[in-house]
Amino acid sequence: MSEIIKVGMADLKTCLPPNGITTLGLGSCVGIALRDTTNKVGGLAHIMLPDSTAVNLSQMNVAKFADTGIDELVKQMEALGAVRRRMVAKIAGGAMMFAFQSKSGNIQVGERNVEAVKQKLAELKIPILAEDCGLNYGRTVVFYPETGDYLIKSVGKGEKTI
Amino acid sequence: MGDLTLEKVTESYFDVLKEIGNIGAGNAMTALSQMLGTKVDMHVPQVELLEFNEVGAVMGGEEQIMVGVFLGVEGDITGSMLFLVEQKSAKHLINKVMMGMGNPDSEEFSEMELSAMQEIGNIITGAYLNSLSTLTNLCIYPSPPALTVDMAAAILSVPAVEFGIYGDNILLIQSQFFDEVEIDGYFILVPDIDSYQKILAALGMPV
Repeated sequence: MSEIIKVGMADLKTCLPPNGITTLGLGSCVGIALRDTTNKVGGLAHIMLPDSTAVNLSQMNVAKFADTGIDELVKQMEALGAVRRRMVAKIAGGAMMFAFQSKSGNIQVGERNVEAVKQKLAELKIPILAEDCGLNYGRTVVFYPETGDYLIKSVGKGEKTI
Repeated sequence: MGDLTLEKVTESYFDVLKEIGNIGAGNAMTALSQMLGTKVDMHVPQVELLEFNEVGAVMGGEEQIMVGVFLGVEGDITGSMLFLVEQKSAKHLINKVMMGMGNPDSEEFSEMELSAMQEIGNIITGAYLNSLSTLTNLCIYPSPPALTVDMAAAILSVPAVEFGIYGDNILLIQSQFFDEVEIDGYFILVPDIDSYQKILAALGMPV
């Protein structure tokens, strides 16, 4: 019996086939789906902010940031037998939900999230196979590590698989 | 922001924050009720300190489609304010305000309907913030409203991101309103962390 594992906001989890893994309502956050192409170990991270080094927090949730979140997800997948050089990524989210956002510092946080994710993945040499980022609407995503399908649902825009 | 943490704010000033929600939403309800010419009721406001992964669930699920009007709050305090109405309710609300010229049976929103909704949001969040300003004697200016129709979690991620910079929780003052059958919506006031201190101090609370 396969099930769908749920990942919350600022959260990450691993997933083994035949299970799927999902996160609901990505706004400016980015959902990063990783998968080992050989043994199909998968995982999904739902990050909110681009950079953990821009804030100084003594204790923090690593899943909140693009840089630390991806590191942690890779680590957890490796613990399940995945190998980093066999990993591939698909990413979605990073929208700008409202035409403007009040605080100057956080204008286009979505865009900056996407950039930070790409930079981190490039650093780890994990190729991005597909992406559905930006624009101005929320996305719910479901990732199936078995096939690598990344299903994206949006309000009024139907479903697509990347 | 000193040593005032969100946990401490929630614990010590829970009732004060609840009262802010009560007064703010009460005034907003009066404005809405005048606009509609019907009675609108509200539930007792909720003050909630939430982990980010719980945020999406506060209003009937992450994927609940909501019409959201978002305003930045500026002046002596900063933060954001959200006025959220469930999709079907929004249709009814708009139709009432447009005196029956809306199209409540369709799921889509026309340009005109969205514009009406934005104006409704503008007026009633204005009433909310005005009363807060009067109460605290602080200058509070709303920015022009922005509107979207989307999943609840995606909309709520906007204020959540602001809190993400400081910690792992979000504190929100939530008021739910309803009329006889058709309208069901929420006000959510999300002051930035520094602003809690200012609001509490302005109300004479020892912070």
